[in-house]
Amino acid sequence: MEDIWVFIEQDDGELEGSSLEVLSKARELGEKYGYMVSGVLFGSDVKKLVEEAGRYGADRIIYVDDENLRIYNAEVYAKAMVELARRYNPNTILFSATRNGRDLAGRVAIPFNSGLLAHVISLDFDEEGRLTGRVPGFGGSIAAIVKCIDSRPQLATVTPGVFEAKTFDRECKYVEEKLEVDLTPDKYLVISREKSPVKDISKSEKVVVAGQGTGGELDIVYELAKLLNADVGVTRPLADRGLAPRDIQIGSTGVNLKSKLVIVLGASGAPHFVSGIKDCDLVISINKDADAPIKEHSDYFVVADIFKVVPKLLELLRGGGDA
Amino acid sequence: MLRNIIVLLKIVPKPEEVVFNPETKTVDRSKARNEINEADKNALELALKLKEKYGGKVITLSMGPPIWDKYIRLGVAMGADDAILVSDRALAGSDTLPTSLTLATAIKKIGDYDIILCGEESSDGGTGQVPPGIGGWLDIPHVTYVSDIVEISQDGWATVKRTIKGGHELVKIKLPFIAAVELGSNKPRFPDFRRKRWAEREFQLKIWSLQDLGLEPDKVGFKGSKTIVSELEEVKPAERRKEVLSGDLDELARKLYEILKENI
Ligand SMILES: Cc1cc2nc3c(=O)[nH]c(=O)nc-3n(C[C@H](O)[C@H](O)[C@H](O)COP(=O)(O)OP(=O)(O)OC[C@H]3O[C@@H](n4cnc5c(N)ncnc54)[C@H](O)[C@@H]3O)c2cc1C
Ligand SMILES: Nc1ncnc2c1ncn2[C@@H]1O[C@H](COP(=O)(O)O)[C@@H](O)[C@H]1O
Repeated sequence: MEDIWVFIEQDDGELEGSSLEVLSKARELGEKYGYMVSGVLFGSDVKKLVEEAGRYGADRIIYVDDENLRIYNAEVYAKAMVELARRYNPNTILFSATRNGRDLAGRVAIPFNSGLLAHVISLDFDEEGRLTGRVPGFGGSIAAIVKCIDSRPQLATVTPGVFEAKTFDRECKYVEEKLEVDLTPDKYLVISREKSPVKDISKSEKVVVAGQGTGGELDIVYELAKLLNADVGVTRPLADRGLAPRDIQIGSTGVNLKSKLVIVLGASGAPHFVSGIKDCDLVISINKDADAPIKEHSDYFVVADIFKVVPKLLELLRGGGDA
Repeated sequence: MLRNIIVLLKIVPKPEEVVFNPETKTVDRSKARNEINEADKNALELALKLKEKYGGKVITLSMGPPIWDKYIRLGVAMGADDAILVSDRALAGSDTLPTSLTLATAIKKIGDYDIILCGEESSDGGTGQVPPGIGGWLDIPHVTYVSDIVEISQDGWATVKRTIKGGHELVKIKLPFIAAVELGSNKPRFPDFRRKRWAEREFQLKIWSLQDLGLEPDKVGFKGSKTIVSELEEVKPAERRKEVLSGDLDELARKLYEILKENI
C-alpha cells in the first residue's frame, strides 16, 4: 500500500506540536483514499517521543535514533530523509511549515525533482491522486490552489494551526531504521544555542498586540494584558528591533491567532499582519490615524492616542469601573 | 580576502497594492509599485558589511522580466559591484524547482563564489524554498533564518546566527554556502546621491538568456515545474463591524471598558 509520510519534528526531546496536527490530517486523508500513514521521526533517545507521536493517527512510526539527530541540523537531517525516502518510496511527504520543516522540505525536493507545495492551508488529493493544497500568497490575502504533478514523493509544508491534532485509539507499529550514510555533520555544525521557553500564543483566548505605535514602550501593553488576563503579541517591526521574541510575532511570518478577543494597539494593518488576526472573534484596535487600514479589520476601531486612552482604561479596569 | 559574494534579488510588487480580480480570478500587479524584496535588501546589506570587513566582490543576481532592470539598479546604487539579470521567455511559469535550478546554474556561471546570500522568503510567493533548493542543486550547505554572520575564519568556515524557536543558535558552516537572511535583521543603507545617479544612468546591467546558461528550455518554465496552479481565489477578510469610536477620551475609555466587560 502506498504511504503518506509526516515528518515529526522534535528538538532535544521536545515534540513540535504542529507536526502532530499534520499527522492527524494525514490520518484523515489516509482513511479517505486508502493510504498507509507513517510518522518519520529523527532524534536521540527517542523511545518516549516515538510512543507519544504514535497516538496521533499513524499506522507506524519510522524512526532513526542517533546522537547526531538530537537537534535539527540541515545537512544531517536532509541526508537522513533522502536515504530513508529512497528506501521506502513514499507517495507523499508532509512537513509542518516551521522554520526547520521548510528548511528540510526545500532541500529534500531537489534530489527527487519533486513538486513542493508551500505552507498550505488546506490539503487533499485530486481524482488522479495528485497532492493539492491552498497556498496563501501576498501576505495571505490571495490563495492559489496548487497541485503537484509527475513527481514522487509529492511534498508539502503545512501552515501550523490550520489542522487539529487528535489522538486515535488505534494500533501503531514502531520501526527503528539504521541508515547507511554517515550522520556525522561535515559542513554544518550547531555549536551553541540560547533558548528560553516559548509561550505558544496561537491558542490564547485573549491577546493584546503591540504595534510600532507603542514606540516599543511595552509597559502599558503588558499592564493591560495583565488586567485582562491576556497574552501579549507584537507586530513584526517590534520583533525585528529585538523588543520582543519572534515567537510572539503575529502575522504571515509569525503566529496566526484564533483568539476570542484581540486588542491591537498602534498597528497600521498591513496585509502580512492582518492575516494573523483574521480568525479572531472580536478585534478592537486603537490608532490615532482615523484612516489606518486596520479599521477595515476591526469590530471596534478607536481613534485615539494609545498613551492618552489606555492609561484611562487601565484605571477603570483597576478600579472596578464604578468609581 | 573573500571571493565573490552573490546576493539574490527578487523584485516584488508592494503587497498592499496588488489587486485581485474576482471575475477573471487573476492577480493584477500592474497598478502595484515594485520594490526589491525587503528581506533581499537585508541580504544585500549583510553582503556589503561582509565586503567591508573581509573584501570580495558583491554581485547581485535576479531572474525575472526585463522591467526589473530599474529596480535592480537600486542594489548597485546601494553598493553592489555588479548585477546580473537572467531573463528569458521560456522561464515564465517557473515554480521553485526550476527557479532554484536556473539561479544555481547562473551562480555556477558567475563562479568563484564563497557566499551566496538571499532573503528568508519573498513577500509575494513567499515560499522560502528557493534557498535550500539552490543549496541542493549546487551541492553546498545551506542555512536559513540567518540574522547575522558573526565571523568568517581563515580556515574557510563561517559562524552564523540562526533564529530558532525560542531563541537562536550559532552554526558553523563551511564555505562556500548559501544563507537565507532574516527579514528585518539589519537596516539596509540608503544609496548616496551620486552613486545612485551613476547606477541609474551609466551602469551596464548584464542580461543572460537560457542559452547563455546552457539550460534546456524544457527544464524550466511551466515544463520544468512540478506544481501547477489551477485557480486563484481571494482570501476574504473576516466580516467585521468596523464601528468607529472617537471623541472625548474619558468617554472612549469608558466605552472600551464596557465593551471589554461584555466580552470577557
Ligand atoms: C515578507 C513579509 C512578511 C511580513 N510578515 C509580517 C508579520 O508576520 N507580521 C507583521 O506584523 N508584519 C509583517 N510584515 C511587515 C508588514 O508589512 C508591516 O510593515 C508591519 O506589520 C507594520 O507594523 P506596525 O503596524 O506595527 O507599524 P506601522 O505600519 O508603522 O504602523 C504604526 C501605526 O501606529 C499608529 N500610531 C502611531 N503612534 C500612535 C499612538 N501614539 N497612538 C495610536 N496609534 C499610533 C500609526 O497611525 C500607524 O497606523 C511583513 C512584511 C513582509 C515584506
Ligand atoms: N526570481 C528570483 N530572482 C532572484 N532571487 C530570487 C528569485 N526567487 C527567489 N529568490 C531569492 O530567494 C529568496 C526566497 O524566495 P522564495 O523561496 O521564493 O520565498 C528570495 O528572498 C530571493 O532572495
